[in-house]
Amino acid sequence: MAFGDMSTPLKHVCGLGSARSGTAHFWRQRLTAIANVPLTIAFVLIVVALLGRNHAAVVQILGSPLIAVIMLLFIVSVTTHMRIGMQVIIEDYVHDEARKFILLIANTFFAVAVGLACAFAILMLSFKV
Amino acid sequence: MAETKASAERPLSPHLFIYKPMLTMMMSIAHRVTGAALYFGTLLVAWWLIAAASSPKAYAGIGSFMNSFFGRLVLFGYTWALMHHMLGGIRHLIWDTGHGFGPHEREWLAVASLVGSISLTIIIWIVGYLFIGGPR
Repeated sequence: MAFGDMSTPLKHVCGLGSARSGTAHFWRQRLTAIANVPLTIAFVLIVVALLGRNHAAVVQILGSPLIAVIMLLFIVSVTTHMRIGMQVIIEDYVHDEARKFILLIANTFFAVAVGLACAFAILMLSFKV
Repeated sequence: MAETKASAERPLSPHLFIYKPMLTMMMSIAHRVTGAALYFGTLLVAWWLIAAASSPKAYAGIGSFMNSFFGRLVLFGYTWALMHHMLGGIRHLIWDTGHGFGPHEREWLAVASLVGSISLTIIIWIVGYLFIGGPR
């Protein structure tokens, strides 16, 4: 430890830099990216398998425990990933502080709202049968 | 603090339109564009799930939209964006390990993910059309 450096090893353990958030977004974006690969493949297979089926069959399949859990994982991982991704895009292109502030809030609201709406629908399908 | 003028003429760093278009650069742009498109594409997923959870009538509503030409076009675009962003993401994960930066590797990876995304999209749609006309 250099002279005058009052920081404790805890700071290094937590991985927090001067921005107080460290590499959390960087790491979370990669973690959700890894999760998104198998979950996206599963999502596409589920959608294709449901094509052309009537409503009752779709409700039964989407509401079955395994499919519902896969869909919930997909929704949570994807909405987390897309929120961070859109935040990076906003921070790259929007330099007006007020506009950036509003867009970053809107981004969070959108991601949470879409994620919750999807999750709620999946849970409804699971529990109403 | 030294006096600074906001209008001081300083050289700008070279940006997008100064470079000659290259495949890896276009793929980088495509990754961001498909990511942004998928962001709004989740509205389709939400619509689909909420319609299924609501009523047969609501589900028939999204069905008729998806059966229209415009609906099919949006869904085809969504499929390609999803596949392209997924393969582009795998490319980024490979880069995160420190591999694939060489002149040949990066070109090969770019071509592979482009060919892969188009191929996967076509395969998904062929299988999709077989299912629509097939088992109920």
